[in-house]
Amino acid sequence: MDTIFEFLFSRDFLFYVFSGVTIGSALAMVTRKNPVASLLFMVATLASLAGIYVLFEAHFLAAIQIIVYAGAIMVLFLFVIMLLNLGHDYQKDLKGGAWAIFAFVVAGAMAGVLARQYGGIEALPIYRDAHGPQVIDALLAEQGAVGVMAHPLFTDYVLAFELTGILLLVAIVGALALAKRRV
Amino acid sequence: MLTGLLTEALVVSAFLFVVGTFGVLVRRNAIIMFLCIELQLNAVNLSFVALSRALGIEGQLYVFFVMTVAAAEAAVGLAIIISIFRHYETVNVNNFNLLKW
Repeated sequence: MDTIFEFLFSRDFLFYVFSGVTIGSALAMVTRKNPVASLLFMVATLASLAGIYVLFEAHFLAAIQIIVYAGAIMVLFLFVIMLLNLGHDYQKDLKGGAWAIFAFVVAGAMAGVLARQYGGIEALPIYRDAHGPQVIDALLAEQGAVGVMAHPLFTDYVLAFELTGILLLVAIVGALALAKRRV
Repeated sequence: MLTGLLTEALVVSAFLFVVGTFGVLVRRNAIIMFLCIELQLNAVNLSFVALSRALGIEGQLYVFFVMTVAAAEAAVGLAIIISIFRHYETVNVNNFNLLKW
């Protein structure tokens, strides 16, 4: 009995479960005709990606992924779909024929390039000389999941962090100006 | 082999990116194309997280910034889609062909 639980909660098994859900719902997301169904499959993709983040010890990012991505951004999408009343237009919107073949070729070429790049990654000098997970584990034990992100954000990356604030302000003003009705 | 499951995570990431690309090329609904772009961003985020396990915490910081930019981009993009919908009463990109030759 214990061995079964050990297997069910092992990192490898959980990773394959989450990856399966991620890949399956991503495929469903691209192929569903109904925009609302597409969107809900996207939420499933994002939630299981958060599970994978936890397995790679990125706890803070997993929380942010659920709260910001699956929570806020996807609700924004759903809100727009329902505002525009697209929930029940089932018209076929897949491009067919030559264009679909072209898309397959482009996707295949991209898969080839990515496989080539990622295939050799463990032989690269930067990866061979890396400190390994022990360094991050020590940091996590010392500063906690939030502190390990917050410390560099407010020291080395403080300029980028502040610029992010300006970017969000610009995005808010821009979105309001674009979506507002002319008065 | 510094961390387990790195290669597997990169395979998943590459697959998600390819699916996202395929979706952008094939779908004609502007909102779904937008969702596919979000899927591509998430694929890149996954590879950042997987590599940051061995290479340092910076990878996770970049994911943080990518998420912020994605949120800003989603807000502005959806505002553009709403204002396009007001003009054309559709979000099918086949109908927006002013820049097509």
